[in-house]
Amino acid sequence: MNAFFEKLGFDVLLKGNNMLRLLQGLGVALRISVISVVISIVLGIILGVLMAQKNKVINVIAKIYLEIVRIMPQMVLLFIVYFGITKVLGINMEAEKASIIVFTFWGTAEMSDLVRGSLISIPKTQYESSEALGFTKSQMYMYVIIPQTIRRLIPLSINLITRMIKTTSLVMMIGIVEVLKVGQQIIEANRKTSPNAAFGIFATVFLLYFIACWPISQLSKYLERRWEN
Amino acid sequence: MNTEAIVSYLPLYKEAFVLTIKIGWLGIALAFAIGIVSAFILYFNIPVLSKVIKAYVELFRNTPLLVQLFFIYFGLPKMGIDISSQVCGCLGLGLLGGSYMAETFRSGLCAIANTQIESATALGMSKSQIFIHIILPQAFTISITALIANVIFLLKETSVFSAISLMDLMFTAKDLIGLYYNTTECLLLLVLFYILMLLPVSFLGNLIEKKVRFGIFGD
Repeated sequence: MNAFFEKLGFDVLLKGNNMLRLLQGLGVALRISVISVVISIVLGIILGVLMAQKNKVINVIAKIYLEIVRIMPQMVLLFIVYFGITKVLGINMEAEKASIIVFTFWGTAEMSDLVRGSLISIPKTQYESSEALGFTKSQMYMYVIIPQTIRRLIPLSINLITRMIKTTSLVMMIGIVEVLKVGQQIIEANRKTSPNAAFGIFATVFLLYFIACWPISQLSKYLERRWEN
Repeated sequence: MNTEAIVSYLPLYKEAFVLTIKIGWLGIALAFAIGIVSAFILYFNIPVLSKVIKAYVELFRNTPLLVQLFFIYFGLPKMGIDISSQVCGCLGLGLLGGSYMAETFRSGLCAIANTQIESATALGMSKSQIFIHIILPQAFTISITALIANVIFLLKETSVFSAISLMDLMFTAKDLIGLYYNTTECLLLLVLFYILMLLPVSFLGNLIEKKVRFGIFGD
């Protein structure tokens, strides 16, 4: 059994505090995603509500912003902020701050599109019926529109959270020591004693990401089904 | 802005652009193939196989491409499966995309109302006729928006190929920045080439979406 473990390169996980280090690396990635998610949701809701107002100027600006985010890979955005903007402005920025800026920039666009989509998906009859029933504007939003919007919005935004967690794996490319980088370090350090560590370590990282994201996406699916009608 | 540098980098970027496009679209083609087959297996609920496909879809939808590529490129060779970075990029993108496409196609197939199938049966159509002439065209129409979104998502994901030392656009930009430190010029070219790669797809996608949308029954 032990020999089998060694052959697959899983033995290295039990050496020293390697497993703990991997988990800490995942923690770094998760911390970046949680911060970006929270800011993105707040800014996204504000922008989404603004976009649903059908103001021409706001819509044109928002459209350009959304199209930029839609076609630019997050990795390119990371490079622009971390290497480009810092050089042009002559400032020094920590990689973690740069990645939070990029993921917030991206997440806000995605979130605002979801908010706008859920707001305009409420049929006109809902507004008209509440008016006919004599609701004031604030009552109408409070009791009719917002509850329905939230039901459509929550599963979609939970889905966005898993996407943001997955995307934070990119931060290793600008030098942040997260789970993949820690994995590489462990493999390098144990090159002689466990030559097959690459298999075990990367399989573990694969599983760790799955364990982090799967429950969240299941929750999103469950809520979507439950609130369908 | 150093225009001389930009001109001298252009051929390198062009080469990387062609490589990125090639591997990106090959991967997307593979993703379509895997997605369609998987969706059929899920739709017809073929025993055992559908369980395997379900596990595959969940596993690849809930992990980042970068991690998948690292596992395929650095992990698998330890078990004697050695593949080049180009094949790895293609395979990784195909597997990731396949899981997304499978979900998209499947939900398209499942969205067809039962009345459609019942009406077709009442008209005397055979099972295969119903599938080919009634279910497939409507399912395609329903999933087209999500399919285009998937294609754009996958093309964007090609930017992580540089991590497995594939000489794509990202790799070239990083390399040139490291060599000459003309950061602004290199990043500008990078952005321009990505716009060249994705803007046409985005526009074409919007166009197709508008055209096909008319095909929906009762809309």
